Amino acid sequence: MQWQSLEHFLAMGGYGFFVWGSYGVTVAVIAAEIWLLRHRRRAALAQLRQASAAPARRSS
Amino acid sequence: MSSVTASPGFSLFRFAAPHVFYPIAGKMVPVFAALAAVLAAIGLYIGFFVAPTDAQQGDSYRIIYIHVPSAWMAMFLYVVMAFWAGVGLAFNTRLSSMMAQAIAPTGALMAFISLWTGALWGRPTWGTYWVWDARLTSTLILLFLYLGFIALQAAIDDQRRADKAGAVLALVGVVNVPIIYFSVKWWNTLHQGASVKPGSSSMAEVMLAGMLVMVFAFWMYAIAAVLARLRAIILERERRAQWVAEAREQGRL
Repeated sequence: MQWQSLEHFLAMGGYGFFVWGSYGVTVAVIAAEIWLLRHRRRAALAQLRQASAAPARRSS
Repeated sequence: MSSVTASPGFSLFRFAAPHVFYPIAGKMVPVFAALAAVLAAIGLYIGFFVAPTDAQQGDSYRIIYIHVPSAWMAMFLYVVMAFWAGVGLAFNTRLSSMMAQAIAPTGALMAFISLWTGALWGRPTWGTYWVWDARLTSTLILLFLYLGFIALQAAIDDQRRADKAGAVLALVGVVNVPIIYFSVKWWNTLHQGASVKPGSSSMAEVMLAGMLVMVFAFWMYAIAAVLARLRAIILERERRAQWVAEAREQGRL
């Protein structure tokens, strides 16, 4: 193990801002993409539900 | 009707039908997502706990584990996107155009990550977040090509025309990919040359190993994200198709 403590790890040898700024934003945009994908799927399914509701009432 | 019928001979073209590929993609998404998570865990462990501090750059070099994978994926995804857009343009296959549409946002995301991490790496190593050098500028153009493709498709109501216009843009933009790749050779750039070339590497082995594992992690993530988006696009575009209504009633969507 090359990090003596959590503080050393977070400091990244003085480059903490740059390293964690890179990783933090990367994680954030990937999380955002996953959220948007879920949202898009739900929206598509909701649209199908709405579209099928009207003709279904007529037939049954 | 939609059940698999014994067909004479195996045909790859069968998978080109959205109603056939939709459930297959549904099975693939969690597999690739899990692979991405496991590989990312291994890659980051190697990158942060096994690989040593770089003698010249200190710990700032650790940005490489996301910078290089995202940059490679941004270029690679663009070529794949242009390929499927071109196939859709040439053969009018619906799924191909949907695939191109599904790739664009993830490609744009990768281009953004590579530019963002590059800026934060450039500051401590070059003393600047941004410089109009050939590598950086051509990667910025790549991001704009992705965004242009997305905007163009969104701006045209007629889906077939949107696909065709997008395909032309995507195919014209392909020339940018070799420009990005060779920019560090063709021009005198601030960006360093390739550390990893086919057959040789100037990186320490453990750093290279961590980076390559992260490349595969990003690759698996991109496949999972693109397939998940493709499924949503299939539902959006095929919403009036009989198979969608049937699958919905049977709870198979």
